[in-house]
Amino acid sequence: MASQSPREDEIGVGWTLGTFFVLALVITAWAPFWGIKSIPLRALWGAVNDYTLVEILWRFRIPRVLMAFLTGAALATGGMVFQALFRNPLATPFTLGVSSGAALGATICIQCGWSFSLLGVSSISLSAFAGAVLSILIVYLLTTRGRYGTSTATMLLAGVALSFFFSSLILFLQYTSDLSRSFRMLRWVMGGLEGIVSYRDLLNVFPFVVAGCLIVWYLLLDLNLLSTGEDFAFSRGVNVAQAKLLLFFGVSMMVGAVVSVCGPIGFVGLIGPHVARLLVGPDHRYLYPLAWLFGGTLLVFCDALARTLIAPAELPVGILTALLGGPFFLWLLLKRRQEIGAF
Amino acid sequence: MRNLNTNVVLEARKFSCHIGGKAILKEVSLQIRRGEYVSIIGPNGAGKTTLLKAFDRIMVGEISGELDICGMPWEEWKQSDLAKLTALVPQADSRALPFTAEQFLLMCRYPYMSPFATVRPSDRKVAHEAMVGTGTIAFAKRRLDTLSSGERQKVYLAAALAQGAHIWLLDEPTTFLDYHHQADILSLVALANKEFDVTVVAVTHDLNHAVLESDRIIALRDGELVFYGTPDLVMKPDVLQRIYGFTPLLVEHPRSGLPMIVPRMTPEQEKELAKWRAKAREKMK
Repeated sequence: MASQSPREDEIGVGWTLGTFFVLALVITAWAPFWGIKSIPLRALWGAVNDYTLVEILWRFRIPRVLMAFLTGAALATGGMVFQALFRNPLATPFTLGVSSGAALGATICIQCGWSFSLLGVSSISLSAFAGAVLSILIVYLLTTRGRYGTSTATMLLAGVALSFFFSSLILFLQYTSDLSRSFRMLRWVMGGLEGIVSYRDLLNVFPFVVAGCLIVWYLLLDLNLLSTGEDFAFSRGVNVAQAKLLLFFGVSMMVGAVVSVCGPIGFVGLIGPHVARLLVGPDHRYLYPLAWLFGGTLLVFCDALARTLIAPAELPVGILTALLGGPFFLWLLLKRRQEIGAF
Repeated sequence: MRNLNTNVVLEARKFSCHIGGKAILKEVSLQIRRGEYVSIIGPNGAGKTTLLKAFDRIMVGEISGELDICGMPWEEWKQSDLAKLTALVPQADSRALPFTAEQFLLMCRYPYMSPFATVRPSDRKVAHEAMVGTGTIAFAKRRLDTLSSGERQKVYLAAALAQGAHIWLLDEPTTFLDYHHQADILSLVALANKEFDVTVVAVTHDLNHAVLESDRIIALRDGELVFYGTPDLVMKPDVLQRIYGFTPLLVEHPRSGLPMIVPRMTPEQEKELAKWRAKAREKMK
């Protein structure tokens, strides 16, 4: 190791990134053609006899795959940011209560039997998003004091406490609800992409994800220093309060938007960043693109399986991400035993 | 970059800090000049670290009074400009740092980098020189949390160098280190101070070192400035009594002639020791 020049290290990282980029492209390009009905490539330009295939491909499969990628990438990014910000390897994009807030919104919507849509957004997504925003605001207002913004430890605790509070409310609602509603609530909490039926959903989520990802991109150097400690980052010239605020809101809104459409899909946000960290190390300039690619690709892949494994029924994709990602992560962990750090 | 030519780099005027209603610093007024080596001493909880961090604008609690950094009020500095002037060198604690020493030094070039920029060759050169200068080049590729405390402390000094800071704020730099590493660290700091005109402000519990190294000594007790002056004036029983609330045993340093503190013994302890020694000597025969 000691004889390597820094450039050699970077070449290795470059190869890893390149490989994953190709892998991501291949899997994402393959996914729409795979399903209960597998669709030939030429359906892309309509050169098949059965026009329903073209319809399925363009109207259902492609937006769904794109949504899966966006969701996975957003969740992995969120996990990466919160793990660095809280210097806690167990942080996920849901640590601050975004998902339970969204779940509470969705649960209330199901319980009250609301069914409307506003600008093409379903009532359940709207309620979920409102719940997510509510929880973000509560955590923020509860923990913002003083000149230097929030204490991350307080924020973490407030988020966890709020999550438990919301979860209990959800259980309460579920318990008092009838069977079919209760099942719908449970199903929503499992998360999944079967609800993605149009580009509309994609378009609604897109600006949040783009904004969130751009903020993270802009603050990659800050994230590196923040992950070593706030005093440290401060002394190296990072505007800590501003960076934390931007990251907190950027990531939370992005995750809130994604969750309100797909439900809280677990595991990607926790493990995606860790897998990337094991592969390219803790430098966020490399970690971020890899976590992004890995999260997106993992979800696309799992969603493709979720559509087909117990066809014609569908599995909730959250079950699969953990089933597939878990062993892969443990394998990596064992392989790189000596390099495991706190992050 | 401005105000680099001012002679007084740090100036506090009736600077106070309250946390939760408790006064941590009480109307501290002092000046630190460029190129000085200043040690902050005092009992635990006297506000030493709070004062040190205030010099890097890491403020907690409610602040009153004024504090100028390089001639400009602390509120007015842009964070990244300030980082080009001052650097906090923390204790070599056991926080998790998964970065290699080299990555870490490059990260410390933050104030000179723009968000999307890649690392420039000039940054690499500065980081490399900082590692050579501090003798840390041997563990450039090792992760910081696999280094010993002494090695990590050296990397932190290299980081301050790489950051290009003119004011080093050291928080108990030698606390967890063995004698060899203590000497290493202190000679590096002294070198930076003498050769590169770096202003050094160091919190320390090691009075003997403080007296030998410093140009001036700041002593705090319960948030108040109880002594600010040259080291030869601090090593006096009444002054130390005022700072620490106890009178230490002072002896003369064999070379410099400066007074040094040695552990005090009660007369009973001295008798016991003499007895024990006599016994040991008899056994040897």
